[in-house]
Amino acid sequence: MRHKITREVERVDARIKSRGELPYLADYEFEDRLYARVVRSRVARGTITARNTPALPEHYHYITADDIPPEGKNCVRMIQDDWPAFAEHEVRYYGEPLGLLVGPDRDTLAQLVEQFESAVEYREHEAAVTIDEGLALKGGPVHGSDNLFADLHTRKGDPEGALKRSARVIEREFRTAYQEHVYIEPQALVGTRENGMVTIYISTQCPFYVRKAVSTALGLPPDDVAVVQTATGGGFGGKENYPDVVAVPVAIAVAKIDRPIELILDRMEDLKYTSKRHPSRVRYRVGLDETERIIAVDVDMVLEAGAYESSSRVVLQRGMFSSNSVYEFPNVHVRGRAVATNNVPSDAFRGFGAPQGLFAAEMLMTQIARVIGLDELTLKQQHLLKQGSPTLTNGRIYEEVKLPEMLEHVRRVSGYDHKRAAYGLGLGRGIGISLFKHGSAFTGNGEQEIIKARVRIRKRADGRPELLVANVEIGQGVLTTFRKIVAEVLDIPYSEVVYDNHNTSQIPDSGPTCASRSVAIVGYLLQEAAKKLKGRLHEPGEFEVEQVYEHPAHLHWDAESLNGDAYPSYAWGVNCVEVEVDRVTYEVNVVGVWTAYDVGRAIDEGVIRGQIIGGAIQGLGYAGLEKLENARGRFLQHTMADYCIPTSLDYPNVDYALFDNPYPYGPFGAKGAGEVVFDGIAPAFGSAVQQAIGCEIAQLPLTPEYISERVHGTDRTVHTQRKTHTAEPQPVASSP
Amino acid sequence: MRRLLDVLREDCGLTAIKEGCGEGECGACAILIDGRVVDSCILPVGAAQGREIETLESIRETARGRLIVDGLSRGGGVQCGFCTPGIAVTIEALLRENPNPSEYEIRDGISGNLCRCTGYQQIVEGVLYTAAETRERSR
Ligand code: FES
Ligand code: FES
Repeated sequence: MRHKITREVERVDARIKSRGELPYLADYEFEDRLYARVVRSRVARGTITARNTPALPEHYHYITADDIPPEGKNCVRMIQDDWPAFAEHEVRYYGEPLGLLVGPDRDTLAQLVEQFESAVEYREHEAAVTIDEGLALKGGPVHGSDNLFADLHTRKGDPEGALKRSARVIEREFRTAYQEHVYIEPQALVGTRENGMVTIYISTQCPFYVRKAVSTALGLPPDDVAVVQTATGGGFGGKENYPDVVAVPVAIAVAKIDRPIELILDRMEDLKYTSKRHPSRVRYRVGLDETERIIAVDVDMVLEAGAYESSSRVVLQRGMFSSNSVYEFPNVHVRGRAVATNNVPSDAFRGFGAPQGLFAAEMLMTQIARVIGLDELTLKQQHLLKQGSPTLTNGRIYEEVKLPEMLEHVRRVSGYDHKRAAYGLGLGRGIGISLFKHGSAFTGNGEQEIIKARVRIRKRADGRPELLVANVEIGQGVLTTFRKIVAEVLDIPYSEVVYDNHNTSQIPDSGPTCASRSVAIVGYLLQEAAKKLKGRLHEPGEFEVEQVYEHPAHLHWDAESLNGDAYPSYAWGVNCVEVEVDRVTYEVNVVGVWTAYDVGRAIDEGVIRGQIIGGAIQGLGYAGLEKLENARGRFLQHTMADYCIPTSLDYPNVDYALFDNPYPYGPFGAKGAGEVVFDGIAPAFGSAVQQAIGCEIAQLPLTPEYISERVHGTDRTVHTQRKTHTAEPQPVASSP
Repeated sequence: MRRLLDVLREDCGLTAIKEGCGEGECGACAILIDGRVVDSCILPVGAAQGREIETLESIRETARGRLIVDGLSRGGGVQCGFCTPGIAVTIEALLRENPNPSEYEIRDGISGNLCRCTGYQQIVEGVLYTAAETRERSR
């Protein structure tokens, strides 16, 4: 039986949004507001030899690194301080900010930007823009001596020995490309001074990240900066760190000019210069024993990080920990590298490294199955993780793994078995299934060591509970689900719960809105805090209860060796995609999508359904449609006409089923759900395309051009080696 | 010449109209001119001379407008909400022309509006609801 909290309610923000009455950043009025535009580098890599700063008209300002207060720092603090607010001498990527023009008229600003940018002279250096160029140190290292922001290893068992013992070694390489977030509301903020404090109104997922970055750059104590999250028109990870990059220059300008200053990126700027999903290259060497069981997996994952570190180290970890998908292999070595290039830093995007790792792992399994002449799903089932299994980081799967019944369900509703047999190989039709998981919350001890989330609930004088948390609504439904959690504990209608304060000066830091952690981690804290309030709503006056994150005692993690429980819990998924491939144009038509998820327990079925369908369509875009090419550091697609995201006509309805599996440390048993719904679509699509065209695929996106190449290319052999015993990485036989 | 979008938003205060791209691709700025859906971001204000403009601000107060809001709100057609006003305006135009659209006709009708959050399915279901309710109530 479904818990009653799962029952769908109307989202609290639905009507005000569909009536167009909810203000977003651009809808706010600020008296005496000025506008800003960023002056950017026009080379991907170079030394500035002359700025030739043109004269400014009256009432206009040009803000540069020179305007940073002496106690401040020229950086956008994320994990490191390496990303400067304004480049001073060297530029590392095309579009890197050099300064900020501020003034009263937007058209004038646009003209000034043109003048200012074209006046700058550079000594250009050879840029490294791809993974291979970054690894080859093309043009000399961009970062350190080896171009690596991170070079990590995790190891289980004896992978080298097991590879030597293997009867057969199979090698593969997979590559994935950029993806742009295309939140429909572009990056937007107004910086101003209120009550003497620098105050930032901003479209963001993480108001406390913005506060940290701004206070560091200005050299102020964090409490002397206020950040107010405004209604946010989509994020998907694109408003996790990047808002810091636009907020810091504006804050520097506000500190100097003392007027409200608005910066809203126009769409072309947003597409050209904001962070994207990390491109990846994942190589595998897989050892099988005489019985064709997989006994060793050696993974070499490289992510293209761009010019500065941003969150790449953490994205890389999640990518590495996803590179075995949902399978238990006894001997594993994973090396992960985040390589520097002369591109805008890659950053968070729904899935956060997992989609790259899972695509590679799931495609690998389909290709191994083909090599050894086994059905894909049979091979996968033979190696499936179950409750108690060790993970690749030598942690444990504590929860019951419901994948077998989920798989059973998806096979049945999709008609997979029958279709798979009937469609043959290379005849234009295909159906594929992916299995996957997504760890809820920060990787390793992040929640405990870095975030230390804290929530409060205020019992107001009018008897209503008010939620004081840092997590924000970005479309994922948290305004509704958080209210429901607290209302359910207190046994009151969810509309009674107040949750409208998004000002960092007035709320505790419960951490960022990302990593599938809001409901799983913060929702649980709210549930526990609400328990302390139970029966006390009628007490007179105003008071608060607080709850602070405690890491469940059974979890352990060693950050040095990347060993232990990488995540407290996992959401699990099975996706099935059916396609038809046009045998002349190689266009792929998706004819069916079936999904099943274990997200612990859904706090609201309507909200989860929205995540599932939205995630699936975004995932299909990533898999087959969204092409973003980079030439010498510049993105070639920089309008929405060129960079195509799915429209209402591109994909069919998405079928879904939820499998309850309450998690003891989640609110009412809930785990994270915001990313798992994206992760598995691309490999299911990939498997379906492989069947339809009768050959292996090894990259994303699967564009018609690439598919045509695969079909017509000479390289259709199945790559396998018997008894290769060299310790050196093998040249990969199959590359797209 | 100024864009119609800016005049409506800034001079007339009609902020239900959103700017998502400014290049006529996303539909967030949709309004009706003489009953037809137009992206106000690519129209110079002069082009509206002497023509009837409707925005969500007026549509939402009509009987069908209220049902459009209902349809979008009940079944999850709204997530971040930034695309939603433009979609609501487009639905109004669609239903004026075709009070009983098929699922395909709805998908076709809203295909000029980009939504990055919902995957569209729940919007389509919402329009089916609105269309059915509108017919029911006008009987
Ligand atoms: S803002 Fe006008 S179509 Fe996007
Ligand atoms: S609801 Fe976010 S873009 Fe449509």
